[in-house]
Amino acid sequence: MNEEIMIKIENVSYEYSSYIDESIQLAVKDLSLEVKRGEFLVVLGHNGSGKSTLAKMINGLLMPSSGDILVNGLNTKDEDKIWEIRSTAGMVFQNPDNQIVATIVEEDVAFGPENLGVPPLEIRKRVDEALETVEMTEYRNHAPHLLSGGQKQRVAIAGILAMEPDCIIFDEPTAMLDPVGRLEVMETIKKLNKEKGKTIILITHFMDEAVEADRVMVLNEGEAVMLDVPKEIFRHVEKLKELGLDVPQVTELIYEINKEGFSFREDVLSVEELVSIL
Amino acid sequence: MIIQLKNVNYTYNPGTPFEKKALDDINLEINEGDFIGLIGHTGSGKSTLVQHLNGLIKPTSGEIIIDGKSLSEKSTSMKEIRQKVGLVFQYPEHQLFEETIYKDIAFGPKNLNLSSEEVDNRVRNAMDLVGLDFETLKDRSPFELSGGQKRRVAIAGVVAMKPKVLVLDEPTAGLDPRGRDEILDEIRKLYEKENITIILVSHSMEDIARLVNRIFVMHKSKVAMTGSTREIFSNADQLESMGLGIPQITKFMRSFKSLGHNVKDDVLTIEEAKDEILNYLRGKKDA
Amino acid sequence: MLKDITIGQYFPGTSIIHKLDPRVKIGVVAMFIASLFFVTYFWPYLLILGFIATIIYVAKLPLKFIIKGLKPLMFIILITFAINLFLTKGEVLFELGPLSITKEGLRQSVFMALRLVFLITGTSLLTLTTSPIALTDGIERLLSPFKKIGLPAHELAMMMTIALRFIPTLLEETDKIMKAQMARGADFESGNILRRAKNLVPLLVPLFINAFRRADELATAMEARCYRGGEGRTRLNELKFRTRDFVVLGSMVIFFGLIISTRYLVIG
Repeated sequence: MNEEIMIKIENVSYEYSSYIDESIQLAVKDLSLEVKRGEFLVVLGHNGSGKSTLAKMINGLLMPSSGDILVNGLNTKDEDKIWEIRSTAGMVFQNPDNQIVATIVEEDVAFGPENLGVPPLEIRKRVDEALETVEMTEYRNHAPHLLSGGQKQRVAIAGILAMEPDCIIFDEPTAMLDPVGRLEVMETIKKLNKEKGKTIILITHFMDEAVEADRVMVLNEGEAVMLDVPKEIFRHVEKLKELGLDVPQVTELIYEINKEGFSFREDVLSVEELVSIL
Repeated sequence: MIIQLKNVNYTYNPGTPFEKKALDDINLEINEGDFIGLIGHTGSGKSTLVQHLNGLIKPTSGEIIIDGKSLSEKSTSMKEIRQKVGLVFQYPEHQLFEETIYKDIAFGPKNLNLSSEEVDNRVRNAMDLVGLDFETLKDRSPFELSGGQKRRVAIAGVVAMKPKVLVLDEPTAGLDPRGRDEILDEIRKLYEKENITIILVSHSMEDIARLVNRIFVMHKSKVAMTGSTREIFSNADQLESMGLGIPQITKFMRSFKSLGHNVKDDVLTIEEAKDEILNYLRGKKDA
Repeated sequence: MLKDITIGQYFPGTSIIHKLDPRVKIGVVAMFIASLFFVTYFWPYLLILGFIATIIYVAKLPLKFIIKGLKPLMFIILITFAINLFLTKGEVLFELGPLSITKEGLRQSVFMALRLVFLITGTSLLTLTTSPIALTDGIERLLSPFKKIGLPAHELAMMMTIALRFIPTLLEETDKIMKAQMARGADFESGNILRRAKNLVPLLVPLFINAFRRADELATAMEARCYRGGEGRTRLNELKFRTRDFVVLGSMVIFFGLIISTRYLVIG
């Protein structure tokens, strides 16, 4: 496989049986995608669009009903390779509390490397570095339940970093956080991508988190309906609203104004941009 | 005036190393028919304040008067207070417990010792108000529903008590844009149809701007500002110094105006901004 | 607030007692408890008291914590005292109606009560000077030889750690659910036992459901971090015996050996 492509998703579908009428439903329908090494990819979609299911298939927590997923050339269906896949494609979940296992922050960050059988001295080094990257070093001996949501999520991120993954998948990491927490987590994610070169897949329904992505994929009913750079995605205000998503208020304003006969650029995402074009 | 807080103070764990003053000399008046937005950074005391409004927490000092009854009087019935002021916590779907949606929503009215006929009316009415179909859903288990629907069941459970005041603590937390819009629409409809006084706690300035007519701003356990929605959001700098923002659309209009363009900047919604900008652009065209 | 108090009340410190390997401390407490059952005279209790006092002093433990540990069990201590006081046969000293107090009874009751007090205090010393994590690590290491006969030592330790981690979180959640139901008119205070039990349903059902959901999410997160049981796991803080551990262990073996031997002496 081409070194440049870290994750290859080939014609993947996921079936489950609905518990209302036991019919077979598809959470993901024939999806294909190539994620480049070092890329910052955002997957947007309303709840129920299949984005979480997709995320869990990438690191083998779920198996595709058909199609294949290759991570660094390893197939997720290969039972022998699953642990290697999970240590190279780490995952951070939505609920900050339900990811933390230990009673002390640094013990929790050590959980991943401990599972991998890393020697104690090396674990120590990794834990210290990871805590520094997420700026939680001063909390290393704290009890997790006393931390804020944003701090807990950063601890969870440190726990994944300590496994030294190439890629980190974030499954709606800010959905349960307050604005301060969301900012902390987004700053950390951007840092991981820009400074540490980690490949990032961010699953979310907040479009303002997609603004700085390299590419954005929009999911609906398990299908990829859009895949492009952010500016190209957000100009389709009407379509995004139909898909149950949001656009920044400024983007919507330009769209509404253009409906009245003007023709300003529609790929506007921030206040500054809008001010400059009017 | 339906709720009044006079010099209310509250301290957690007084006299221990964990002592924390959560409310500092709070004075507030809430009138019937208000739609109030309560904003403030995390830890500013919003949750604590809100739990005082239905007597779940009693102040360390100060007085709270709800619908004419003082909470410090022994004769005041807490049950009555909790019927008058309904409180919907964050992630209210976590409190669902009954076998069927009907029974869960009926829990509140039943605790009020109403006749089974009246309880039935209340359940039907509440489900209608939150947009849940009575016939298809009444016998279903609440746990089969999606997150957004479960939340509506939980809200219906409080609405069924027919409170005079409804307090909602971040009712859109954790929901996607569509879910958020639906809940906010239901809340607005509730306000308009049932004449309930509503207090909305939220972190989203855009949501607040769209719905409320008055705002209370909490900052470090004190009430920092009160006023109409437009008044409050015209103080962008002060809000920013407290770690709060203003709706993006308001920010844009202020930026635009500050460059010398002739537009109003006390705008709260996209519709208002659109009108202003269109007027400006057409004015320019004609000039 | 409840969530700031952990089970067993760990009192952090940097004394040598705190720094001892938890396995040594567990072993010492085991010997301590065993030796208590061998003591038959009063005077060895002075040595026991000296032992406890030394530990409290070196570890800088506040006395009020020790007393706090005894409070909940005061009832049992009193019952033990009373039973031995009134039911021991021998030379009668006083009579109170149908009950009689004998000389032997007086001696027995004090002796047994003291034994109980020392038992409880000794165990408190362990939990006060050893963090929950260190305790579970120590227990896991001590139990690991039994893995060969099928004892899931690692899994037990993991369960204990996770339980300890979530106790404060679950307490917070209980509080929240209670308040939410009270806001709907639920009453958790009035009524007889049966009524109160029934009224707990709106509290317990959501609590259980949320606990299961948490467990499911936690398990998924653990799998994503490559957890696959205890095989091949290393530890950040590997428990290792140091010189001080050997010294303490050795001297304690001798000390408790002496205590036990007092049973066979003729003096006292």
